[in-house]
Amino acid sequence: MKIPFTYTWRSLWTRRLTTVLTLSGIALVAFVFASVLMLSRGVENTLIETGSMDNAIVIRKSATSELVSQIERDHANLIKTYPEVALLPDGKPFVSGETYVIINLLKRGSNDMGNISVRGISPEGLQLRPQVKLSAGRWFSMGTQEIVVGKNIATNFNNSAIGEQLRFGDALWTIVGHIDGGGTAFDSEIWGDVEQMMPAFGRPVFSSVTLRLKSPEMFDALKLRVEQDPRTSYTEVKREQEYYKEQSKFMSDFIRVLGLVVTIIFSIGAMIGAMITMYAAVANRTREIGTMRALGFRRRSILGAFLVESILLSLIGGAIGIGLASFMSLVRISTTNFGSFSELAFGFALAPDIIGWTLFFSVIMGIVGGFLPSVRASRLSILNALRSA
Amino acid sequence: MFVLKLVLKNALRHKLRTILTIVGIAVAVMSFGFLRTVVTAWSYGVEASAANRMITRASVSFIFPLPYAYRDQIARVPGVTHISYANWFQGVYKDAADFKNFFPRLAIDPDTYFDVYPEYLVPEQEMKTFRAERNSCIVGQKIAKEHGFSIGDIITIDGDIYPGRWDFVVRGIYKGRDATADETQMFFHWNYLNERIRELQPSREGDVGWYILTVNNPAEMSSVGRTIDAMYLNSRAGTKTETEREFQQGFVSMSSAIIRSLEIVSFIIIGIILLVLANTIVMAARERTTEYAVLKTIGFSPGHIIGLIGGESLLIAGIGGALGLALTFPVAGAFASMFPTFFPVFNVETITIILAALVAALAGVVAALFPTIRALRTSIAEGLRAIG
Repeated sequence: MKIPFTYTWRSLWTRRLTTVLTLSGIALVAFVFASVLMLSRGVENTLIETGSMDNAIVIRKSATSELVSQIERDHANLIKTYPEVALLPDGKPFVSGETYVIINLLKRGSNDMGNISVRGISPEGLQLRPQVKLSAGRWFSMGTQEIVVGKNIATNFNNSAIGEQLRFGDALWTIVGHIDGGGTAFDSEIWGDVEQMMPAFGRPVFSSVTLRLKSPEMFDALKLRVEQDPRTSYTEVKREQEYYKEQSKFMSDFIRVLGLVVTIIFSIGAMIGAMITMYAAVANRTREIGTMRALGFRRRSILGAFLVESILLSLIGGAIGIGLASFMSLVRISTTNFGSFSELAFGFALAPDIIGWTLFFSVIMGIVGGFLPSVRASRLSILNALRSA
Repeated sequence: MFVLKLVLKNALRHKLRTILTIVGIAVAVMSFGFLRTVVTAWSYGVEASAANRMITRASVSFIFPLPYAYRDQIARVPGVTHISYANWFQGVYKDAADFKNFFPRLAIDPDTYFDVYPEYLVPEQEMKTFRAERNSCIVGQKIAKEHGFSIGDIITIDGDIYPGRWDFVVRGIYKGRDATADETQMFFHWNYLNERIRELQPSREGDVGWYILTVNNPAEMSSVGRTIDAMYLNSRAGTKTETEREFQQGFVSMSSAIIRSLEIVSFIIIGIILLVLANTIVMAARERTTEYAVLKTIGFSPGHIIGLIGGESLLIAGIGGALGLALTFPVAGAFASMFPTFFPVFNVETITIILAALVAALAGVVAALFPTIRALRTSIAEGLRAIG
């Protein structure tokens, strides 16, 4: 026969202070566990959403990012003629040769320096990223030294208001607008006319070429064509989404590995906390257990009741932890992404599987912490238990 | 003396519980020490900076090059004693996805670089052959061990910033003079890079990544920096000259958000230590309510009660803390050997040890606070009536 659930519930309630201390321990671990996964997911999401499935990006083979890639102008023109590339309504190829560099700006209210990406872009490039909207001011005019600044840069960095000027490359650039990339990496970029930027940076070559595919399925055909053409075989085509996902890999792996190692280490602390609580629960209730055994409850039921008690404890702790962690989704972090070596703003992203993993992890803590004490409870002999003070 | 004896006896009353608590605290103190070590390792470059070294780089950002011609002009600035230069080569060694294969690769001037970085020790004979051979390189002891490089080996790097396939012959292995020196870098001839890039991309000939200078008198640093930057204020390639410390600090501050979150997590760990310890002490004190009443009845002062509870708490915290600190070293060592190049220098600093010890002591005091107050407030009659 099973021991009623109310018994478990009431025993937790009787020792409120200890229960609360144990709960807080588990909740803290669950909070950090969930936050780490959310942050790692946030980096991934930000970069995955930056890329589109319809677009492909061409960079130099062995280049890990646009920053270190170079594509000759002639070859960019060649890519424009490939049949897999979509055409604009006016018949022009839907391709943007772009230049990509980083400049240093100071974070507002501190002496911290950020690496801000500057992207020289063509008119086609703007249409390739329809998710990027103007949030204030106006777009830069082609053929002038005007730039627009991403939302994250505008809020977090000095000298980024409309009307201000930045000096980089060979020129003075006037900020004429702010852009909103909808939470993507473009929020942390500065855009201007590629034909103005290349001479200013003294760069005769593009960094990358981004293009719209006629249909997403044509990617493989394009990849094959680029690889087989001896003139472009030094480059590599990637789906834009895939490319940005790679940019997030190092950072999100780093956060996940370091975060999880630390969480797992100190979850040992919380498990020990649960174990102490459960041992004490068993010790305090020796007579109670004896009575229950005398009433006819089996060892198995006693074991079950104590295990349920510690699992309940850990589940509540886990839920509190997730509740606290969900507030973290309001926080946004802007820091250097190791993968691309440039500033990136990202948030904590909560997802159902993260909730699942956190609860699972909490229950494991409860089971590990509660198992040995429960075994001890179930092993008590009736006579000794009843005789104890 | 009597109190001490009683504290010890009390602590041993529930051996299992005490051991568990000690282990819990040890683990938490260890992860605290480990996290703080990660934080300090992050800024190792700042700590390793020499007091008399300065860096001149392009003002826009360090990815922009400076002309080679600046070398002689900067060398003539009063106060500058030595000048050398380097380029960030990067490139890909084997598989880029495995970050064990990532180590800094720099093109340097073989004749002057080791004068401005005296902390990199190269045997004289190896230095001689390195200087004489154009496509040779010198690697740090750590990566030599990690990748099994020995003298005469060829390292092939796939160029990215500088396209092409690059083969370098290992002609020397350098050691760090002290524990803070970075032993994970690879150095090769700047001239070799310059020659090859001249054929490939003539517009990039003579590009220098940054200049490293040493000054006579550290007090002159800011004036030397201002003089150099003023020289190029209106040129195509403006410069930013800062002390090596500031330069390194710039890199650290790029990931300030990450460092801050690590710090926050390390404080959460303090919370966990506290919870585990408080739980044990609260339990112990509750069980002994009657005993405290008896002690009070026979004339022990509140001071004794404070000593009893606080002493037990501090004793457990002390043992747990000491154990945790002792564990920090092997764990940090294991982590450092897992990621040999990500953190070139990964040492447990003295400040980390002090902080961890303080944290344990603080937890010992705070955990005892609540149960002590409760024990003092309980009247003798109430205490004698209490049931465990």
